Amino acid sequence: MAVAIAAGRVWRPNRGLSQQQQFSSLDDKPQFPGASAEFIDKLEFIQPNVISGIPIYRVMDRQGQIINPSEDPHLPKEKVLKLYKSMTLLNTMDRILYESQRQGRISFYMTNYGEEGTHVGSAAALDNTDLVFGQYREAGVLMYRDYPLELFMAQCYGNISDLGKGRQMPVHYGCKERHFVTISSPLATQIPQAVGAAYAAKRANANRVVICYFGEGAASEGDAHAGFNFAATLECPIIFFCRNNGYAISTPTSEQYRGDGIAARGPGYGIMSIRVDGNDVFAVYNATKEARRRAVAENQPFLIESTPNLPPDPHSREPHTDLGIGHHSTSDDSSAYRSVDEVNYWDKQDHPISRLRHYLLSQGWWDEEQEKAWRKQSRKKVMEAFEQAERKPKPNPNLLFSDVYQEMPAQLRKQQESLARHLQTYGEHYPLEHFDK
Amino acid sequence: MAAVSGLVRRPLGEVTVRDAINQGMDEELERDEKVFLLGEEVAQYDGAYKVSRGLWKKYGDKRIIDTPISEMGFAGIAVGAAMAGLRPICEFMTFNFSMQAIDQVINSAAKTYYMSGGLQSVPIVFRGPNGASAGVAAQHSQCFAAWYGHCPGLKVVSPWNSEDAKGLIKSAIRDNNPVVVLENELMYGVPFEFPPEAQSKDFLIPIGKAKIERQGTHITVVSHSRPVGHCLEAAAVLSKEGVECEVINMRTIRPMDMETIEASVMKTNHLVTVEGGWPQFGVGAEICARIMEGISKKLVLEYSQAVVNIMYLNTYSIKRLKARSVWHFSSRKYFKSKSRKSCVQFPGCSCCSCHWC
Repeated sequence: MAVAIAAGRVWRPNRGLSQQQQFSSLDDKPQFPGASAEFIDKLEFIQPNVISGIPIYRVMDRQGQIINPSEDPHLPKEKVLKLYKSMTLLNTMDRILYESQRQGRISFYMTNYGEEGTHVGSAAALDNTDLVFGQYREAGVLMYRDYPLELFMAQCYGNISDLGKGRQMPVHYGCKERHFVTISSPLATQIPQAVGAAYAAKRANANRVVICYFGEGAASEGDAHAGFNFAATLECPIIFFCRNNGYAISTPTSEQYRGDGIAARGPGYGIMSIRVDGNDVFAVYNATKEARRRAVAENQPFLIESTPNLPPDPHSREPHTDLGIGHHSTSDDSSAYRSVDEVNYWDKQDHPISRLRHYLLSQGWWDEEQEKAWRKQSRKKVMEAFEQAERKPKPNPNLLFSDVYQEMPAQLRKQQESLARHLQTYGEHYPLEHFDK
Repeated sequence: MAAVSGLVRRPLGEVTVRDAINQGMDEELERDEKVFLLGEEVAQYDGAYKVSRGLWKKYGDKRIIDTPISEMGFAGIAVGAAMAGLRPICEFMTFNFSMQAIDQVINSAAKTYYMSGGLQSVPIVFRGPNGASAGVAAQHSQCFAAWYGHCPGLKVVSPWNSEDAKGLIKSAIRDNNPVVVLENELMYGVPFEFPPEAQSKDFLIPIGKAKIERQGTHITVVSHSRPVGHCLEAAAVLSKEGVECEVINMRTIRPMDMETIEASVMKTNHLVTVEGGWPQFGVGAEICARIMEGISKKLVLEYSQAVVNIMYLNTYSIKRLKARSVWHFSSRKYFKSKSRKSCVQFPGCSCCSCHWC
């Protein structure tokens, strides 16, 4: 009973709340584990708030004008141009690689249409050494970190230049040098892993944050729940970045969850949360920057939900405008579940690239001529890398057997030798001319 | 059959594996209203691989259910529904993702009937593509036949062609035990001749019975799922060289039909197992172990030399191993005294140095 508790006993609420409660022996304060609460004598269920949910933070309006000058990040011209060029180069590369999959040149592809702002805005707010755990649609982060086109293509083609030795499906990039953990196919497995990595960074006093990207669909996985809970209880310097684009293949958010998106789940775990406009690269930048500063300074997790990103488009088979937006992947045709009207609205109204271009134009940092020149140049760069990647051979079949373990066991070595002998006799039945000798 | 109305017109009697599974599920959904299908993208999208095409349109939201992305979640929900008297078909987009749910499959579905003293049954079907596909990397390519085949309480089937697919999915749905149906994505689009009996709505293939796809006298080749096709191709090539293979399509992994395999090996004295799974602790390893523990004593002395378990590479590797195995059998009569390097795994065996066993 509360009365039995001696005076002077102080119950300190969970970190993040700054109050300190002192109870006198006459106080009838509830002792609720892990939180601070009052009694209430009226039966009332808390209504999940989806009509007016968590507001969406934005800095620019749809015409690229800063709405509230005090929120202007005042990024220097070079940085903003780098943002713009990363986003547009990514878009160009996406369109060419998507087509190449359609033509059977690569086995699979996922575009980043509409999400360029989230990738590049968040990447720009981090240190280059901050560790990135992605899901599969974060190529813009690598693009911002200057991952060369040659290596993007090499991974998609699985050729000898691929750092991953051709062992992954396309778009499953990984780069140790740029602190981008190799993409893993199963959804949401990266979430608890990212938390573990953040915990390691905290232990090492590394002044380093881990950022973990995932979609709103993947947030339904059990791993997401575990990851969020652990990040909060273990007090890890991690930014959870949820890209909410309204669909998981064909499943709309109305079938994925019934709450107020993913941002509303954060407070349930004790996590600082925010919702940002995914089409506004400055909003993404500001939120990530502040989250990073505090995550490292205070060792606590942050949850950023970016929405609305542009949902997939049934018309991406048509000739592209530079506002192309895409299906879930090349295994998908979203015309089955997206209405034409829905797509046209997005196409005409808003896109992270066009918003930033408006901003650049209004600053006088960009013009139509530069735009034309840059489009030509970026397309040329992509095409060159593409042609080179096509010509390169695939890795040597010997590489089937390495890296299973740190040291190759005898059994695998025997299998490797057996394959070599097999190919000597039956090599003509295999397409060996495409492989490195 | 409305679900089949989207079929491309094929030569009469030919049905793809995908359509066979679709037909099987459609017929069972129609027959018993307790049957329902749940999984990711199974409803409006017609299934990630279009296996459930047309079913949502025909049966609606109550029977064909799209779930949020959580295998452990929807597998658990399916198990619970089965416990409460429904007959769910739980689809995994691939069995690789069933690992997220494996606790529900093993600890809940497989073990509950036993642990409840026979009080609580779990009449559930877990189905989805298994094994390698084309260029989808390790996390989309594992074969789970050995993993699920290891566990009591589960039945595990692995269809090869359309007839298998339809007969086995129907038997699985009607079975009151938890059944794992391991399909194969690359087989979905392959058409096969559909025998007239398969067109019946009560066409069932018994779980636990293998089928001899091709009669032969020189060597027994045992396989399941897509590799069965490769074995038949290899058999055709070897037949031209005078080697007649008996190809057995296992159809069921658990309970395994050892009788059919044993009878065949008694006849041929040679065995090659072919599978898409890894060799260690694999389906073939189990078959070899049972042969060694069972009928091997009734066979010729150097039997162990001919028992080879390989993980399939392609038709030509199957051919090479079969040819070598047959060669050694016949050569043993003439070169008995010639000493060869002895095998580490099977002492006394000096068959070859391939080390696949």
